[in-house]
Amino acid sequence: MTALSHVKLGTYYVVHMPEPDDFAFWRERARQLVQCDVPPDRVAWVEPGGNGSLFSHGDKRLPVPEDDKQIIRASKRFLSIAKNVCHHSDPERFSLLYAMLWRLQSNPRLMEDKADSQVRRLEDMDKSVRRDAHKMHAFVRFRMVEDDEGNEHYVAWFEPDHHIVRREAGFFVRRFANMHWSILTPRGCIHWDGETLRESGPAQKSDAPQGDPAEDLWRKYYASIFNPARLKIGAMLKEMPRKYWKNMPEAALIPELVAGAQKRESEMVDAGASLFGSEFEDRPETLAAIDKAIHGCRKCPIGNLDNQAVMGEGPDNAALMIVGEQPGDQEDQTGKPFVGPAGQVLDAALAQAGIERRETYVTNAVKHFKYVQRGKRRLHQSPTAKEIDVCRWWHEAERAIVKPKVVLALGASAARAMLGKTVSISKVRGEPLALDDGSELWVTAHPSYLLRLDGDAKAEQERLFAADLAAVKDRLAQLAQ
Amino acid sequence: MTVLDTMQKLEILADAAKYDASCASSGTAKRNSTGGKGVGSTEGMGICHAYAPDGRCISLLKILLTNHCIFDCHYCINRKSSNVRRARFTPREVADLTLTFYRRNYIEGLFLSSGIIKSSNHTMELLVETARILREEHDFRGYIHLKTIPEADPELAHQAGLYADRVSINVELPTDSGLTRLAPDKNSRQIEGAMGGMKMAIRQSKDERKRFKHAPRFAPGGQSTQMIVGADAATDSDIVGKASRLYGNFKLRRVYYSAFSPIPDASAVLPLKRPPLMREHRLYQSDWLMRFYGFAPQEVMQATEADGNLPLDIDPKLAWALKFRDRFPVDVNRASREDLLRVPGLGTRAVGQILASRRHRTLRLDDVGKLTVSVAKVRPFICTADWRPTLLTDRADLRSLLAPKQEQLELFAA
Repeated sequence: MTALSHVKLGTYYVVHMPEPDDFAFWRERARQLVQCDVPPDRVAWVEPGGNGSLFSHGDKRLPVPEDDKQIIRASKRFLSIAKNVCHHSDPERFSLLYAMLWRLQSNPRLMEDKADSQVRRLEDMDKSVRRDAHKMHAFVRFRMVEDDEGNEHYVAWFEPDHHIVRREAGFFVRRFANMHWSILTPRGCIHWDGETLRESGPAQKSDAPQGDPAEDLWRKYYASIFNPARLKIGAMLKEMPRKYWKNMPEAALIPELVAGAQKRESEMVDAGASLFGSEFEDRPETLAAIDKAIHGCRKCPIGNLDNQAVMGEGPDNAALMIVGEQPGDQEDQTGKPFVGPAGQVLDAALAQAGIERRETYVTNAVKHFKYVQRGKRRLHQSPTAKEIDVCRWWHEAERAIVKPKVVLALGASAARAMLGKTVSISKVRGEPLALDDGSELWVTAHPSYLLRLDGDAKAEQERLFAADLAAVKDRLAQLAQ
Repeated sequence: MTVLDTMQKLEILADAAKYDASCASSGTAKRNSTGGKGVGSTEGMGICHAYAPDGRCISLLKILLTNHCIFDCHYCINRKSSNVRRARFTPREVADLTLTFYRRNYIEGLFLSSGIIKSSNHTMELLVETARILREEHDFRGYIHLKTIPEADPELAHQAGLYADRVSINVELPTDSGLTRLAPDKNSRQIEGAMGGMKMAIRQSKDERKRFKHAPRFAPGGQSTQMIVGADAATDSDIVGKASRLYGNFKLRRVYYSAFSPIPDASAVLPLKRPPLMREHRLYQSDWLMRFYGFAPQEVMQATEADGNLPLDIDPKLAWALKFRDRFPVDVNRASREDLLRVPGLGTRAVGQILASRRHRTLRLDDVGKLTVSVAKVRPFICTADWRPTLLTDRADLRSLLAPKQEQLELFAA
């Protein structure tokens, strides 16, 4: 440091900042003061509107350095932090920066010492300004107003924590270059008309428009995109603190969404629980247990009709499992699968193909008879995809016990129960499909389909049905070897 | 059928889209609307314009074009056999809605996905058309993320990449068997084939941009994917392995994990219990360990417990440190960056600060305390000028000392 003769010992200096965020002004004055060797505790920095009376004894005329060529050093990191910290609302920011600049002269790498308390404080202020700017980008909400000539003007009201409005104008200009907009804040306003940026003094909330019809749509979106099954209020508050809520149209919904969420989730879980009650937690491990359980099953509306569950039938180690759609009228009355007209067709075809029904496990995709009452008759109704999926639980339990090598699905419903998707019989018949457990699935028509046909079509379908059964017989013989 | 107005359609189609976790708007090329006719800019950093009470960021208008679907994936609320209200937007309606929201600074752009209607190609054409209207007719320069349908024609996927900042194809489930069982209409080879095609197109475009200034950009924000966690039997080890293969093979920007959550009108094939949300969180932490902390996938797998899952009560880094105690304590005044990154409780930022500060002073425990959130958590694993953990590192009950004391009870555990 050079001679101090020009600095009056014991003199205090006061610098009045012309703007609260004027980095260039601060830099000039700070350089001058360091060159004159004025220690930080001898300088007071007063921002506009700040309380200067405490420093009334300070000298407003700054000392003039003897050697203006003397180089004042500051690291890159300090400069980039200082530019941001100037926008902070802390009245001590300029003094703090000056103190740091002073210390940097003897230790140029001081900014690297993150454990130093002044460095930490500046870093925190820098972070706080950047965060405020980021939140301004995020939470400014424009409201559209039309002027007399029908031009759209977008106006927003925002309350930043720091002096960042001028700093962030560029972001909004680049983003909304072809719109006319204004951002009003208590720390000053900015206006863009598509060509030039204009600044004006502080505004009040009442200067901004009070609503926009698009906000209803936005609120609807906000409420719909929220998943009530995963309430994480802490995570929301961390990123969107309450102080911002008052100027965000969607935030008014939050209390209601939070209150409704637990109700909505419990409704979903309850609706699910009617499907997966406690007895579903563990699959029954014997056929007898399944038989008992399906009689009490009310997981889908079919179970609530006046009918009885029909359990599969056959040896528990059968190599072939035949799966039909659901019990019919006669099956429901006798409690046995495939005993009605379709069962007779099946028996005849099995005999023709040389497959012993006694060695085969015969069951249905859906365990209860679904029907509509027409007078005295109960008319068969196909189960819905949903009902088949619900019942999948039971025949999967049967399959897990019987462990057949080959499964023959009769009809589209049975195929869906095995595959989880609806397939076209004509496309998948005649070829084995691999199932999860390593067994193979063959698909053919349901025998009741043959009962509904006549003439050539019937003959053709009977031939295909017999061919499918013969193919299954051959495959079983192969697998038995 | 009643005619739905925009408000009702928005409600249905936003609700249908909310199970997709991704809403990122970061990492794309810088653009702004200066000199253009429309609105929009992207400046590298993503912006979250709002946060929902589920803690998720709302950055993009995330909707489906339609929730009609010819597929029947059991975990999906929009599957064919589900009994939800259906609705459908036209591409033009979506474009108008995007601009209405964008001009008011509600969003960064659009994330458009769709149920499959008629055919995969038809659906993909509609998605591409929406992006075309925004980009070409309105000169929209904000962010567009398009969900790509793996079954669609590669030419359509290519067009999507030319309009969008990011494209994504969901792998849906971590294992092939899970996919066969729960998403019978999908096929993992097709999905991975499409992701491979995207990777090649992105790489080729980058190469062209190096040679020719005006070569078109192709998905400058890269591609991402999503996996559903807890809908099949896959363990965390399986998931971590799958994720690292995806990052490696397809150069993905992100793999998102979405804990399977109860959906209305659930299919009966789904699991009985929903996975704890914490599991998803632990997977994201393990993802971070692989991407930013130099952990190999095998090392993350080493942190799992006997059942192949990461512990829920402590984070994976702490779990790993407890298993490999011979690697600790680490001397913060001497250790390399790699070793410091292994210390539970030290993040990448804290490690950077330690490395910078220790050139100026010999760090004491107090100094470390200033740089980290919780010195108590770090203490057993480090040495400083005035601190040695001595026996602490080897104590058998260290886990219980460090695990969070209270466990949040599951609200609907049963």
